[in-house]
Amino acid sequence: MTTTMVGLNGVGKTFKGRNADTTALIAIDLAIEEGEFVSLLGPSGCGKSTLLRIIGDLTPPTSGEVTVNGKAPEQARRDRDYGMVFQQATLLDWRRVLKNIALPLEVMNLPSAERDRRAREMLELVELGEFGDHYPWQLSGGMQQRVAIARALALQPALLLMDEPFGALDEMTRERMQMELMRIWQQTHTTVVFVTHSIPEAVFLSTRVVVMSPRPGTVAGIVDIDLPQPREFETREHPRFFVKLNEVRETLRGAGVD
Amino acid sequence: MTRLKKWGPPTLVFLAVLAAWEIWVRASGIQGFLLPPPSEVVTTLRQEWSVVWAAGFFTLREALGGLIGGTVLGVLAAFTASRWIVIREGVMPFYVAMGAAPIVALAPITNQWFGITNPASKMTVVAVMVFFPVMINMTRGLGDVGNDKLELMRSMAASEGGTLRKVRLPNALPYLFSALKVAVVLSLIGAIVAEYFGGSRDALGVYISQQAGLTRMAEAWSGIVVATALGAALQLLIVLAERLLIPWHPSLRG
Repeated sequence: MTTTMVGLNGVGKTFKGRNADTTALIAIDLAIEEGEFVSLLGPSGCGKSTLLRIIGDLTPPTSGEVTVNGKAPEQARRDRDYGMVFQQATLLDWRRVLKNIALPLEVMNLPSAERDRRAREMLELVELGEFGDHYPWQLSGGMQQRVAIARALALQPALLLMDEPFGALDEMTRERMQMELMRIWQQTHTTVVFVTHSIPEAVFLSTRVVVMSPRPGTVAGIVDIDLPQPREFETREHPRFFVKLNEVRETLRGAGVD
Repeated sequence: MTRLKKWGPPTLVFLAVLAAWEIWVRASGIQGFLLPPPSEVVTTLRQEWSVVWAAGFFTLREALGGLIGGTVLGVLAAFTASRWIVIREGVMPFYVAMGAAPIVALAPITNQWFGITNPASKMTVVAVMVFFPVMINMTRGLGDVGNDKLELMRSMAASEGGTLRKVRLPNALPYLFSALKVAVVLSLIGAIVAEYFGGSRDALGVYISQQAGLTRMAEAWSGIVVATALGAALQLLIVLAERLLIPWHPSLRG
């Protein structure tokens, strides 16, 4: 018995421009079930980030219906049903790491003892135990992004929205962060919607990959990734991993991406 | 070693300039009433210390009064300007234009308003001088918050007030401090120059202008030395406060 965490029904988005309007998304239908890890994959400009922002109520859709955790996106945002991780860690320079993680807890007006306890718990979860008193600029890019993930998870949200969170990291750090994310996902059972333009990243992380066509973005196909869980270092060497990589690639090509 | 490296060269330059001044005045035979040698200024300063220091303290109070008043008003104005777009768009250009006006020219007028010997006449000039840089910088600091940070706060369903306290205000602090560094200098200039237009007999500006009028240049210079020392001390206070309050800022990271 699963429930729908994110429901998209005929969602479209058109940006008004000075000279011409730009259609970013057309008729997106998608249902993401509780506990899934779904990647939105597509070339730059296909509207995958816009779609994520629509789910998070950071941008309104032009048409269609959106439900998040069974509510309108705005209500879900107000109820703090989701945590968001952006491409840049977006940490507040003037706050030490622990205080950055505690930010949403402060916004929610939790008592300070409770805030501290939960922020520490999240710090341990992302394995940055000794860095609570550091300032963000004293951390590497990968560590900063881990702090951002801890912050997004601090409210124990039902849904985690991630907008190319590892896009700014080097390849080695990126693979390490993917492992981290898998471990965290296993521990928290949070539903994740993950935007990326990396095919191996999408295949390695996801239970389903939503392949999007170039602008205007539509769903070109959905690839189930039935690789064994938990995903581990060896998953990338699994023969099925390559099969799935190719399947996603073919779907992208079918959508007109070379 | 690093301390010596940091402080050595400026100290040497300072001493060299003083030595050159001393030697040049003595060798060229310039009259003492035009330019006294530094040694004479030091001697005079020691003799006149109690008078000059009291005058400096009097003027410092005027400068600080105006500085605090102008800063508080500037910060409040910045809050209203960043809260209501109408105020920002309608009033800011006017503020920027006013900021370019030579406000110290108001001194004869405030002297009439409050009375020449009333410190309020100088504090008002200083407050108006300080108001503009504080207001303009603070408004910028409250507004120049990256869109990414605002979206983050929105994703957490933070209130307008929460975003102000947790993002806009800390973001504005470095802007406020750079305004204060300018404002500190302005406050002493404002108070002393306003006193040149007339003021209490206990004031530093009055002391300097009177002694210069009597061609007692060593006395006038010792007043200027005290004014400079006060300016440097205020600057130092601001720098220390900055280190305490915004140690995270890129310019202060260790």
